[in-house]
Amino acid sequence: MTTIAAVRQRAEADARTYGYYLNPDPKFLQNLLEGLKKNEERYTYPLCPCRLASGTFDYDRDILCPCDYRDADVQQFGACYCGLYVRKDIREGKTELQPIPERRPLERQARAYGAVAPPAATKKEAETVATAKKDVSEISAHKKTFWYCKQCGYVVFRDAPPYVCPICKAKKELFEEIKMCINSVN
Amino acid sequence: MNFSKVSGKNSTHKVLMYALSTCVWCNMTKQYLKDNDIEYEYVDVDLCAEKDKQKIREHIVSKGGRLSYPTIIVDDNVLINGFRKDKFKEILGI
Repeated sequence: MTTIAAVRQRAEADARTYGYYLNPDPKFLQNLLEGLKKNEERYTYPLCPCRLASGTFDYDRDILCPCDYRDADVQQFGACYCGLYVRKDIREGKTELQPIPERRPLERQARAYGAVAPPAATKKEAETVATAKKDVSEISAHKKTFWYCKQCGYVVFRDAPPYVCPICKAKKELFEEIKMCINSVN
Repeated sequence: MNFSKVSGKNSTHKVLMYALSTCVWCNMTKQYLKDNDIEYEYVDVDLCAEKDKQKIREHIVSKGGRLSYPTIIVDDNVLINGFRKDKFKEILGI
């Protein structure tokens, strides 16, 4: 079982790495950390406390904290969606923290509303579950690919390039897909 | 689906809130409505059964809302996405 201290330590380390700060409001921050801890215990992964999860890792991958949308939100609004990570001006109180609009695409949000079939009780339901599982593996297998940052060479394996390169902070547009070609030699 | 009712002196409007039990903005909204004596009902969507989540999704979408939390529906007519004090003041007369 994880602890609030461990969740906080992880978030602080991540904020330092990316040049962000944790929310300066102690009560707000405490609530966020408790939400993250609760989600980690519930789903076994640290899911954003302000988003609805499907409970299936492959579906929820983009909203694991720090989520895929954090960098773009901090850049545009000064804070990530839940308000855990903030920009310097928010930390210093120069800009007021406002609710952040949801950037996550609608089709991904929809996965949390019955996109995954519940455990089967009948043969028909079992078939449905099998199809749903197949869909998950197909999504993961077909969409994910290697992307590299043309500025620093950082390589990542996922379905879309990150908004910002975690190494050199280059924008998404500077990422290019690596085309894989496997030749078998007999 | 079990809604929890929070009593308040101001019950002019029927206020329904879809929230998440872990969400800070949802907790702030609950507290804000309570502090302003607004009567409201809420349900924590993350604690609902799958079939109820589907119904909630349909309800929010039918009112033209986004699938984000908190979502507040006033008089089954006006929808507010997020902890929007300006909207609460305007619509609920706080």
